[in-house]
Amino acid sequence: MEGLRSHRKPAEADDVVPTLPLYLSAPALQVRLEDFELYAVDRLRVLKEISDGLSRGKKSDEMENLVRELWKLHMSHPHASEVVNKDIISHFVLRLVYCRTEELRKWFLSMETSLFRYRFRSETHEAQRALMAEFHLPYKTVTSAEYENVKDKLSQVARSTGQSLSSGDGIFYKVPFEEVPELVAGRRVYIQKGQAYVAMNQVVSLVVTQFRFLLSKALVLTNRKWTTMIREQEKDRLTPLVESLSSSYLGPDYSQPREFTEISLKDIDQVAKSSFPLCMRHLFEKLREDHHLKHGGRMQLGLFLKGVGLKLDDALAFWKAEFSRKFGAERFDKEYAYSIRHNYGKEGKRTDYTPYSCQKIISSMPGVGDHHGCPYRHFSEENLRAALGRMGVGSRALEDVMEKVRNKHYQLACTLTFEAVHGTSYVAGINHPNQYFSDSKKTLESRNNANTA
Amino acid sequence: MAGEGAENGRDDMIIDGSGADQQRQNNLIFDGVNVNYLKLYYGKLFPHADVFKWMSYGNDGKHPGCDHSYFGRREFSFTLDNDIYLRFQSFSGLSEMENSIREKCPFKIDIGPVYSVDPARRHAYAQGSDNVFTPVERELIFDIDMSDYDDVRYCCSGADVCLDCWPLMTVAIKVLDSALRDDFGFNHILWVYSGRRGVHCWVCDGKARRLNNEQRAAIADYFRVYKGNENSHKMVSLLGQALHPFLVRAHNEVLKIFFEEKLLSTQNLLLDEDRYEKILGMIPDESITSELRGKWADNRRSKEDINVVRWQQLKHMLQSGKQKLHLRRCVEEIVFSFTYPRLDMEVSRHMNHLLKAPFCVHPKTGRVCIPIDPNCCEDFDPTAVPTLSKILEELNTEGSRKEGDNEWDRTSLGDSVRYFRSSFLQPLLKSCKEEIESSYSAKLQESKNSLNW
Repeated sequence: MEGLRSHRKPAEADDVVPTLPLYLSAPALQVRLEDFELYAVDRLRVLKEISDGLSRGKKSDEMENLVRELWKLHMSHPHASEVVNKDIISHFVLRLVYCRTEELRKWFLSMETSLFRYRFRSETHEAQRALMAEFHLPYKTVTSAEYENVKDKLSQVARSTGQSLSSGDGIFYKVPFEEVPELVAGRRVYIQKGQAYVAMNQVVSLVVTQFRFLLSKALVLTNRKWTTMIREQEKDRLTPLVESLSSSYLGPDYSQPREFTEISLKDIDQVAKSSFPLCMRHLFEKLREDHHLKHGGRMQLGLFLKGVGLKLDDALAFWKAEFSRKFGAERFDKEYAYSIRHNYGKEGKRTDYTPYSCQKIISSMPGVGDHHGCPYRHFSEENLRAALGRMGVGSRALEDVMEKVRNKHYQLACTLTFEAVHGTSYVAGINHPNQYFSDSKKTLESRNNANTA
Repeated sequence: MAGEGAENGRDDMIIDGSGADQQRQNNLIFDGVNVNYLKLYYGKLFPHADVFKWMSYGNDGKHPGCDHSYFGRREFSFTLDNDIYLRFQSFSGLSEMENSIREKCPFKIDIGPVYSVDPARRHAYAQGSDNVFTPVERELIFDIDMSDYDDVRYCCSGADVCLDCWPLMTVAIKVLDSALRDDFGFNHILWVYSGRRGVHCWVCDGKARRLNNEQRAAIADYFRVYKGNENSHKMVSLLGQALHPFLVRAHNEVLKIFFEEKLLSTQNLLLDEDRYEKILGMIPDESITSELRGKWADNRRSKEDINVVRWQQLKHMLQSGKQKLHLRRCVEEIVFSFTYPRLDMEVSRHMNHLLKAPFCVHPKTGRVCIPIDPNCCEDFDPTAVPTLSKILEELNTEGSRKEGDNEWDRTSLGDSVRYFRSSFLQPLLKSCKEEIESSYSAKLQESKNSLNW
């Protein structure tokens, strides 16, 4: 919620027409089949880049600029009148594409919500108020008498988030704190007796909550319609299109180990040294050292090992060997074995959980005693340098890695580390710890083959 | 010991945050805790009726707005003598609960959420595709554990506490209690000694019980200042031009005073090189730290406490007008790092976390988990909390009285039960009754209106 935008130029007369649709109902528009696909692919490009931006830990202002540029680049249309249609059509096409599994829905919901958030932020205050009205949000502004009473606190909060009180036009809404969880979580609002004082430049949170809520419900409904009607009706026309669109962009999820990457317990230390990315190596070493990892670490490492190809029985033996040194075998069986079987889908709701992607790891928030997270993001510079040194990253390469870290390109930093450790160039870019692992194995194996040949 | 159990599934829950409380081994008798003593305790002293009244939240009354299924949908779970763990116990009323507790004689009773349906019959509802068995209400809970403070206390570690480190808990209670009341507007808050090395907090307002997981996580994050861990060096980063009013209040009213007047000396935070290096490590300015090192190298004895003298020197250097903001802020960061409450975040984030019931007896220490009055929490002495053997002795020496008397009244448990009733239960039930009445009349009004249609 950074940045002053109280003196932003008001919208031009000809785009007073709301430029930001709420997608409340599907359009009754004729669409040519080519446009159907073209528009959807253009929008997907935007969503995909948003996802990349978020996983690099870009700040709100950077994201806002990024979204504005992406939108201009991909979503413009030679005919001005078509711009809004393209926006609406592409959104509803992707709803179809991404409604079909929980995983797809989650990704789409989160990316569309981000897109909406940053587009909303780019709007003028007048346009924002108009959109709030469109959502029928019932909040009242704080009266000037009340404002005077809490002015000092409001100004403290504003300064604590790097703003000044004037950046929100002095307009505040009083809202039950439950409605703005993200502002509460970041201590970005003043809260008194359960009421949060939301500045005009923060209403995006209120609106986004509403947007996400409505879209989430709509996606479930769309899915129901898809499975009961559309899929069958459209099986020669839209269905193949829809099904190919989603798989082309999400990348592999590494929930099933590749056959060549199976590992056994006796090799695990060797493999950890040669082919684990730093985040997993660190967890692995800490586990060997402390014979314990807190919950976040167990999840991050445990699911990674599953993706690497550690069988359930081996996983149980692996964790037990460590934990029982600290807690005894009995306590392991009682308290920890369950969660490992759970990761493998053998307990609870029996979901086969997927290993964490870089994006998820980078955005985690390790606390006291935690060792999970992305070292490039969460380590101090000193600790990161030491850890990279232990991995065998030479001093020149190390400076390159640190340069990427300073610019918040954590995945690029990891990619450079891969290159330094393996002594090869690596163009793909790291998006997933399991990708690092399997490509490392591949590199090492081909080198071995070359040596023996 | 955050969430040592499995997490996140529907029927996999997280066992009581003070997980290490379960380090209990088989068949040992701990400081006089054995099944026979417990039988007596549950038979004569445990305040069954008060726990029932509390967990009913007014729904056991005769008002037509009462939900008579409410208490029966609450999950209790028992840990039995021989390490058998019984999840999803539920009771139709007081006598069923009391009989079950007396008969099974659990070493530990945990309280879980209120579910949509009777948890004992959850399987009957698991057939349909819609998952109707889901938590619908749960107190907002907090768990603070002394073992999470190991890097800032030098007197004890792990499960041990003494009167030198216990005040850290007192500080935590003060900071959280005032924020829960003044910021979030909650009124019905119960603090409970966890029996060994920590405290639990139950926020019982209707509004708190109905929070969803996202809102719970937001509150937990509002309280979070520890962003880093040993991998990132800095434990606490206070950024921005100002601190949030909540942090300012915590600092000025509780933390600063406690740190300077108590903790500095009791923990000897600046006594020798090992200890002061840890604090100097938090100051990102080489010239300042080396100047302080120079001053402190010469270890002259003076009348004044050396910790206090050194702290004054450190403050003087950092807070002189010419220093940059981030260096002046360092003083506060150090105070926060050493004193600010350390929550087990996972416990508070999810509705389905179990927490040990008040008035249980801790199986290792034999101490009763009695309530702590936040208004005089500095007087609470964990080493003086009545143990099971002590109160049973009191019961014996007082001789038997006529039937119907409150047995606990004759023991040192009396004050605790009286406090629970007068300061927590009665005001809570009064507001529950009002809530039930007003929501009932609102419902009547609504149905009247719809009839008019």
